[in-house]
Amino acid sequence: MNWLDVLSGAVEQALGPQAMIYCLAAIGLNIHFGYTGLLNFGQAAFMMVGGYAVGALVQTWEQNLWLSILVGLLAAVLLALVLGVPTLRLRADYLAIATIAAAEAVRQVLGAASLNDQFGGQDGRFGFADDMKSLNPIEPGGVHFGPIDFRSYDFFIMIVGWSLALLLCGVIFLMMRSPWGRVLKGIREDEDAVRSLGKNVYFYKMQSLILGGVIGAAAGIMSGLATDNVAPSDFATDTTFFVYTVLLIGGAARVFGPVAGAVIFWFFLNGLDLFFDKATHDNLIPDWIMTSDQASLMRLIVLGLVLMLLMIYRPQGIFGDRRELAIDGR
Amino acid sequence: MRLRLAALLPLLFLLTVVGTTAPAHAANDTIDVVGTLLDNRDTPPKPVPGVKISVEESGAQIAEGVSDAEGKFSIALPGAPIDLLGKKITVKIDTDTLPEGTSLTDEKKTEYSVTIRTDGDIPIGYRIGPKADDSDELVRKVSQSAINGVFLGLLLALGALGLSLVFGTTGLTNFAHGELITFGAIVGFLLQDKLDSPFLLAALAGVVLSGVFGYANDVFLWKPLRRRGTGLLAMMIVSIGLAIFLRNVYQYIVGADSHQFTGVPLRREPWEIGSIDISPRTFWSAVICAIILVIISIAVQRTRLGKATRAVSDNPALAASSGIDVDRVILTVWIVGGALAGTSGILWGINYGFDYQFGFKILLLVFAGVTLGGLGTIWGTMAGSLIVGLMVEMSSLILPPELKYVTALVVLILVLLIRPQGILGRAQRIG
Repeated sequence: MNWLDVLSGAVEQALGPQAMIYCLAAIGLNIHFGYTGLLNFGQAAFMMVGGYAVGALVQTWEQNLWLSILVGLLAAVLLALVLGVPTLRLRADYLAIATIAAAEAVRQVLGAASLNDQFGGQDGRFGFADDMKSLNPIEPGGVHFGPIDFRSYDFFIMIVGWSLALLLCGVIFLMMRSPWGRVLKGIREDEDAVRSLGKNVYFYKMQSLILGGVIGAAAGIMSGLATDNVAPSDFATDTTFFVYTVLLIGGAARVFGPVAGAVIFWFFLNGLDLFFDKATHDNLIPDWIMTSDQASLMRLIVLGLVLMLLMIYRPQGIFGDRRELAIDGR
Repeated sequence: MRLRLAALLPLLFLLTVVGTTAPAHAANDTIDVVGTLLDNRDTPPKPVPGVKISVEESGAQIAEGVSDAEGKFSIALPGAPIDLLGKKITVKIDTDTLPEGTSLTDEKKTEYSVTIRTDGDIPIGYRIGPKADDSDELVRKVSQSAINGVFLGLLLALGALGLSLVFGTTGLTNFAHGELITFGAIVGFLLQDKLDSPFLLAALAGVVLSGVFGYANDVFLWKPLRRRGTGLLAMMIVSIGLAIFLRNVYQYIVGADSHQFTGVPLRREPWEIGSIDISPRTFWSAVICAIILVIISIAVQRTRLGKATRAVSDNPALAASSGIDVDRVILTVWIVGGALAGTSGILWGINYGFDYQFGFKILLLVFAGVTLGGLGTIWGTMAGSLIVGLMVEMSSLILPPELKYVTALVVLILVLLIRPQGILGRAQRIG
């Protein structure tokens, strides 16, 4: 087995477009869950609405890409309003069920065969990122750092996406230090106390849902641009669960938690994948224990275990502060 | 690659006359429109030869073909597959060429529009039979959906009771409950498939092992977590981790394919009662569900343990102080809930088939039923699940069938908006 291949492959994923997309989605979720204590299990829906607005507007209705991106972000505001009005008054566990159901409903509608002409059914939309590709200044040969390779367009997307992520981290750092941010944290800690101070809790929660949702939509848009494709399978319930894992690894309610979480998550996810893939191909693990099909599942089996153990033994994540985490039975 | 005819697939599934659902890959140099015309009034269905079928592109005919002695037709489209990609074609049947006395069941369905996305053959299905009387057809469809809905509702109720009782007694929203349902189907299937045991034995063992699995869930995971004082929301996320873990272990064991039980001593060939079809298998499965639900209801109402369960559901602290062993009640709830979920999984498996993630797929329906009825209430869970089952099946009378689950999800959200405690739940603060 070539350990260097495993390592460099893992590093490529840890910095690559996927990690950047999950980082953005987790930054949005951090505002919901980390700072406001909203258990939003519908983050995938925000991503999907953003990605699909861009994909469908450009491919189906032949609109300008940049205008479509703006519409995608606005669509997330709309979704936050539609989702928030009925659900934000609910207790945390009910909110989780309602948002997960809403996200799945959105996904099934957008992926429905009867809307094939608009949204392309299970194939989704593709071939809409040409305007983005034409902006790519990186030389076509791609970029190489020793054994680590990135394709030209991927590298461009990474630069754009990670810059956006860092910018958002800065903005969130400032926002959470502001009085507005303190109210959000107050809601997380004790909703009734904030209410008794005369703040409109519902209103603040809605602002939090909108802000995080728009950042989620940005993640969906970046996902669409990176692969030049949006499909219903990209935005399944598991996507939301993975975003949670990213956030919880890095540490909720920490500005750089999502960044660290995304890098670590994808480093290990892809590292494990490559390791088991090579181990089965080189017959380090005999076939009767694990075939190469089964090897591709090991990373998710480990992921499930890690999520459980993390939540049990270190709910604050790697960089989090236990006092900051409002995971209790409210 | 197979053409994704998501729009046609449900149709192909429902229609008694179907085009080949898995088209042959042989001819890679042309794309063919293929199908078989069968007259389903006869048993076995009689082929319908000599029917002209034409293919049009933007109004102009580009190819045509005639069904052969076996009722099959295969029409090669002109041009290389690569040029055909992305083109939209319309397949039409010439109803004048149908033999005397035959007609399409649905006279309006003479043409299908298809966009070519892959180079696979394009399957097309037409239903041939007696002309349907519109009002009769509506009654038939409504009653058929109602029957399907009641059955789905019973299965969901069986699967949901464990979730609801666990929530009632411990407050845990268990996202890994879908995997308890899958567990029953997988264990039953493995016992039968690998150990060659007879179906009934495998099914019974599957139910018992599901109960053991529920027991293991509580003893090895949830009870220690309760002891540590882990918060409910943290436990909920733990259950998500458990769900991801179990689902992938299941796929590790049985693969990604869908499986069918073999050797089930209940026939699939439907009885025809009036114009409604119901298979003996579905019927007896529904009877089993109903019997179990009645037994559980009586047990909860009459037995000491049942009363203790309701007491713990109501107020754990008060129940403990009046001498009820809360941990024992919770453990019983896990065992019974696990066994019920497993039973539901096996019955689901023998009727619809199963794969490693079907429990996860129906989990949201289960949640919908439980929430509609009122989380933690037993009667509410049963009533809510039945309503959800009916609604899911009935909605496909109006909506495209692929959207039938969406109805349940929308209702779930509406219930939370209007009456969050559910139809039978006690009003309490949940917001």
